Amino acid sequence: MKEIAIVGYQQSDSRSDAGAVNEVEMIMPVLERTFAQVGINNAQDVDFVCSGSCDYMQGAAFAFVAGVDALGAVPPIKESHVEMDAAWALYESMLKIRMGHADSALIYGFGKSSPGELPIVLSQQLDPYYLAPLWVDTISLAAMQARMMLDQGLITERDMAEVVSRSRRNAMNNPHAQLSGDMSADDVLAQETYVSPLRKGDCCPVSDGASAVVIATVEKAKEWGVPYALISGISHAIETHNMGMRDITDSVSTRIAAERAGMKAGKVDVAQLYAPFSHQEIILTRALGLGDETSINPSGGVLAGNLMMASGLSNIGEVFNRIISGEAERGIAHATSGPCLQHNLVTVLEKAEKA
Amino acid sequence: MSEEEQEMITKVEAPVYLKYNFTAGSAPTRFLAQIKKGVLAGQRCPKCLAVYIPTRGSCGRCGVPTVEEVELSDKATVQSFTIVSIPIPNNPIEPPFIIANVVPDGANVSFIHLMSECVNEEVHIGQRVQAVWKPEDEWGYSMDNIRYFKPLDEPDVPIELIGKLTVTGEEG
Repeated sequence: MKEIAIVGYQQSDSRSDAGAVNEVEMIMPVLERTFAQVGINNAQDVDFVCSGSCDYMQGAAFAFVAGVDALGAVPPIKESHVEMDAAWALYESMLKIRMGHADSALIYGFGKSSPGELPIVLSQQLDPYYLAPLWVDTISLAAMQARMMLDQGLITERDMAEVVSRSRRNAMNNPHAQLSGDMSADDVLAQETYVSPLRKGDCCPVSDGASAVVIATVEKAKEWGVPYALISGISHAIETHNMGMRDITDSVSTRIAAERAGMKAGKVDVAQLYAPFSHQEIILTRALGLGDETSINPSGGVLAGNLMMASGLSNIGEVFNRIISGEAERGIAHATSGPCLQHNLVTVLEKAEKA
Repeated sequence: MSEEEQEMITKVEAPVYLKYNFTAGSAPTRFLAQIKKGVLAGQRCPKCLAVYIPTRGSCGRCGVPTVEEVELSDKATVQSFTIVSIPIPNNPIEPPFIIANVVPDGANVSFIHLMSECVNEEVHIGQRVQAVWKPEDEWGYSMDNIRYFKPLDEPDVPIELIGKLTVTGEEG
C-alpha cells in the first residue's frame, strides 16, 4: 500500500466577522499560500480536489459550488465535496489515493458562520422528527452534557476553567487565533454563567475562515521536494442521533476511531482535539487515554477560534506543522461533527524516516 | 388503544425559519455600486483576460481574483433564450415572455435578463439588443435597474463571435 504524506497546510485568520468578503474571496488567499508552499500553480497540478463546507451556514442551496471558482477548474478537474468538516474530505482523498485513482490531492474547508445564528442553524442537524422541531441549539445541548458530568462528579467547574485558560495561553503563539491571552482559571470562573453551567469562555467563539491541506504519496512528496509528515492511520466512527441512547459523558466513537487508526502503536507527543466546549476536551482526553506526555491543543484549539467545516482539517495541519518543525515526532488530530461529539474522526501523523 | 386502532401518521410538520445577514462579497459589492449609477461594470481576469459580469470575485477558469474593472456597453447579443409559457409562482410577469442569456459588448460571459418590445417568435440567437433602463430615480443596487432588453436594428452576430465583441461592438 502506498504511504501517504501531508505536504502543505495553510489557514486564514479566524475572525468573528469576515465582513464583506464572500466565500470564494475567503478561500482564494488560503489556496494561493498553500500552492506556494508546495510549489505548484493551482488545482491543475494535483490529481484530486475535495472540499468540506455546509450550505446551511450560508443559507443557500449548492453554495459550496462557489468554492470551485477558487481552484482554476478549466480544463476540468476531478473534484468532490463533503457536507461536513473538511477532515472528512481528507478522508475521502485518502481513499482516492489508496484506490490508485490519484497520487495527490488538495483539500480545503471553509465556513462563514457569522451571517446566521450558528447555534440555531446547527439545530437543523438534529433528528428531524423529535429534536430539530424543538430548535434545541448546540450550546444548550453541550450545557446539559456538562451538567451531567458535574452532577456525576466526573469534572468540576475549575477543571473546565483550566481547559479554557490553557487554550487562551496556547493561542498566544497562534497568529490566526481569534481569542488569546493570559487568562487564568480564576479569571474564567469569575465570568458569569452564560447557559448554565457554561460560561462564555467554555464555549467556542463564532468564527469565519478557511483552511487547506495538500496530501500526496511519499514518492510524489519527494518529487516535489518539500518537507512532509506521514499519515499512518485514519478512521472515524459515529454514534446514534438519539441523544437519549448515548452516554454523552464519554466518547465511545472517538475511542473506537483512535483504536482503528492505530493511535496506541506509539507515543503521542501532540494531540489536536476538536472540543467546541471546554468539558468536551476532558471527555476526549479521557476517551483517548492521553496523559502528561501529550501536549494537548498547542494551537489553542477551537476554543480560540472555531472555523466550522475547516477546524477539523486545521487540526491535522497543526499536527503536521509540529512534526515538520521537529517539535513532535508523532501526533493525533481529531475532528468532530454533530451534537455533543456524535461523530468523530482520528488521524495519526508521524515523522517521516530520513529519505 | 390496540395497534390496529392507532391512526397512521404519514406527515409531521416542522417548518424551518432561519435568519441570515447576507453579504454579497467585495467584488459583487463593486458591481452593485456601479449598477446603481447605471453602469454595467465587468472585471477582467489578469491571466486569461476574460471579462466577467456580474462579478463574483474570481475567474472560475484560472482561480485567481479579478481586480481590474471594465466598463461595458449596455448593448448586447442574445446567446440563448427561452419563451416562458407558464406562470411562475410569485413572478408578476404575465406569460408568454422571453428570458434570454445576453452578452454585453466587451464581456465574455452572459447574464440572464428579460426581453421585451419584440415579437417572441422572431427572437433568435445572435440578435442584437439594448438595455431599457428604469427612470434614474428608481435605480437601486440591482439588475432590476434594467427593465428588459429590446431588439436593435443591427446585423446579427455570427455564432462564433458571440461573447467576443469589444465594448464598441466590434470584433475582438
